[in-house]
Amino acid sequence: MSTFPSRPVEVPVETSRGNAVLGKSVIVKGQIFSREDLTIDGEVEGNVELQEHRLTVGPNGKVMASIKAREIVIIGTVHGNVEASDKIDIRKDAKLVGDIRTARIVIEDGAYFKGNIDIVKTPAANANANAKPQQPQVVAAKPPATAPTSSMAAGAAESSR
Amino acid sequence: MQTRNSSGLLQFCSHLEDRPGLNILDFAGANQSTITFLTNNYHRLYSQDLLLQLDESFGDGDFYLNQSDPHRMADFLEKSFSFPDKQFDAALVWDTLQFLSSPLLETVMQRLWRVMRPGSCLLAVFHAEEHANNLPCYSYRIVDQKTIGLLPKGMRKPARTFNNRGLEKLFQDFESVKFFLTRDHLREVIVRR
Repeated sequence: MSTFPSRPVEVPVETSRGNAVLGKSVIVKGQIFSREDLTIDGEVEGNVELQEHRLTVGPNGKVMASIKAREIVIIGTVHGNVEASDKIDIRKDAKLVGDIRTARIVIEDGAYFKGNIDIVKTPAANANANAKPQQPQVVAAKPPATAPTSSMAAGAAESSR
Repeated sequence: MQTRNSSGLLQFCSHLEDRPGLNILDFAGANQSTITFLTNNYHRLYSQDLLLQLDESFGDGDFYLNQSDPHRMADFLEKSFSFPDKQFDAALVWDTLQFLSSPLLETVMQRLWRVMRPGSCLLAVFHAEEHANNLPCYSYRIVDQKTIGLLPKGMRKPARTFNNRGLEKLFQDFESVKFFLTRDHLREVIVRR
């Protein structure tokens, strides 16, 4: 197990096809800046910044940090605010406690999330929206169910003070 | 997932119409359908699964007896209602209030009143059966402006059930309460702060 002091650290620990990986037995306390895609399957406490790249928090990953990246995929656990210029993808069984700021978000059923969601309309996202007006800004993880709709509302009663 | 037409939701959405950038509180827990609907209408969403938080705070042992423990109550309120006053323009409370016993229920109602802005709108759902021992639980989600999606989450014993008079008393500090009469077991309520 490797432990780093509270100062910027050089990533990668392992590299595979341009994707740096922090393995599940690695603990980092401090700041991480990366110029390539990064997968965290260990523990990180501090800040993580990958401005133009993708961060994946793997199934064993525990991140107590604010995160900035182009794209963020969460399969493990994150406590902290996350900001993605393109997309945040929160998978089933993931846990995220913190505020989200992104252009697009995908969240699977079974994921746990607690916090604010702020969708930022970036020029790129707006351009995509203009090119494909039928496509929503927020990508649907699953299409809406098409179970029979029951008709319920029969009337209303109001009381005011 | 079941779906149902909802006059309450339609009224709730009309409150949001043409007012982008509103802060909305959702106690159903995050789901794609609600997030997509609200953020496509340019609103901000605070998402939290209140029932899950209740289970975490009070679930070990007697769920309702634990709700009267002051330390547990304080911890629950700290985790669930740490918002500035008048933070939200609308709230989706769904059926969560049925699973709160006194005095926690009254405290939560005070907190809800505080965190909502004057003129804001709240949608809540109550089961109509007044003497039910167990109620079906759902994960609620907005499908469109007049359709609610319900994903079953098992059965749960309610702290109490509410008739119309009980609901009026529950929301007595709010400006108005509007009941939507339905033909099924759910009663929808729109409340104005």
